[in-house]
Amino acid sequence: MDARLRSGPDETPPPGTPIRRHRLATRVWHWVNAVAVVILLGSGLGISNAHPRLYWGRYGANFDPAWLQLPRFPAWITIPASYNLAISRRWHLFFALVLGFGLLAHLLWSLANRHIQRDLRVRRGDLSRAHLRADLRAHWNFRFHDPERPREYNAFQKLSYVAILFVALPLAILTGLALSPAMDAAWPWLLDLLGGRQSARSIHFLAATGIALFTIVHLVLVILAGPINEVRSMLTGWWRVPE
Amino acid sequence: MIARRNLLAGGAGLLLAGCDRVVQIPAARKILFAGEDMQRGLQRALMDRGALAPEFRPDQRSPIFRANGTYDPGTPEYKALAANRFADWRLAVGGLVERPLTLSLADLRALPNRSQITRHDCVEGWSAIGQWTGPMLGNVLKAAGLRRAARYIVFTCADLYGGAPYYESIDLVDAFHPQTILAWAMNGRPLDVPHGAPCRLRVERQLGYKHAKYLMRIDAVASLAGIGLGKGGYWEDRVDYDWYAGI
Repeated sequence: MDARLRSGPDETPPPGTPIRRHRLATRVWHWVNAVAVVILLGSGLGISNAHPRLYWGRYGANFDPAWLQLPRFPAWITIPASYNLAISRRWHLFFALVLGFGLLAHLLWSLANRHIQRDLRVRRGDLSRAHLRADLRAHWNFRFHDPERPREYNAFQKLSYVAILFVALPLAILTGLALSPAMDAAWPWLLDLLGGRQSARSIHFLAATGIALFTIVHLVLVILAGPINEVRSMLTGWWRVPE
Repeated sequence: MIARRNLLAGGAGLLLAGCDRVVQIPAARKILFAGEDMQRGLQRALMDRGALAPEFRPDQRSPIFRANGTYDPGTPEYKALAANRFADWRLAVGGLVERPLTLSLADLRALPNRSQITRHDCVEGWSAIGQWTGPMLGNVLKAAGLRRAARYIVFTCADLYGGAPYYESIDLVDAFHPQTILAWAMNGRPLDVPHGAPCRLRVERQLGYKHAKYLMRIDAVASLAGIGLGKGGYWEDRVDYDWYAGI
């Protein structure tokens, strides 16, 4: 183990080498956030069933034109299973705090330990057409790691992590805050930024849809990349370089 | 591979199903319901006591402001009041006050009134914008003179739910907020029956179910323990809605 650990970042670790992939702070946040996201999505769909119409602008109710009429979400996907707006809200508003403060702590911690700068920084080379095309081809061939630099995230991986950490989750939090009549009094700029409470509610739903799609693609890729190795790395921190 | 995929999807499914079991456990329910106190504490810490809810221009009002909850109390007493255009309606202000008051609509109109165009947010998710006019609740309470022990203001209404009047309550921070008014007019006209005639509460930094309609009594109390089932409002008592509805 010691000899393997000593192989520095410049050397290419051969397949089968265990690498310390995820630090404790990342792992703890990942699982806390995973629970929060599943509960927020489930309870959010329960809340949506109370008034499944989305509007743009400051106001919006039954007599106003809705841009989207949502389906009634079935019991197997909502929290609680039987329609109960009060209990859906209890779950949603408790885990909103877990998600919000968890993300804040994770981003600050990851800046401090340089996780963001080291692993998530999108470089110009990542975005070149040739690189993106090669990365796409690698994905189609179920190769998710550059064999020469297996420690690094691939370009699409980086872009999706950046999109979820810096766009979708913060947007869900800000639009969620804008739905609160008290927060609208405290921070009226929220409404100016988002174009009114009903716009914020629509964007909240779109951000949640983005988070749900990310979660599904993330799970599929974990399975395709080798679920035991991937899940173990997020539990213990140790990841084995694939063949 | 299929089995593993099912395992992951099954994990999320179990989590969803497990949530319904978790709320049945009293200790877990208590933690979950403590979210309300955390939200209230955080919001009150972030917010100036007098921070105003956004107000809007007349052209920004909803074309149709839908009603909700009770559309007409329909009791013989209420019908008699409505038949006389609420000339005999009296609002009782009592409880822990130095000078209990009995106010008519004319008394409310004679007080300094405030008009505000604000957004009404239903707990279900919809919003409507309208103009409300009425005296500030804080001025009415000052006229009655709150006793030192008073902590909450309880509103009792003319509409019945399961045979008993609808009721709601707020604390003194919201009771003395400048936008908390006893509205007797909406969009420049006397309040109509579906929207709470002759007088309703507006407490603009909270959700719609706090805005009690068809007001009959206002009482200052030291504790919510003796009111209804003790949680401070009809929906709070019956279906676990949050008493603090700022979010």
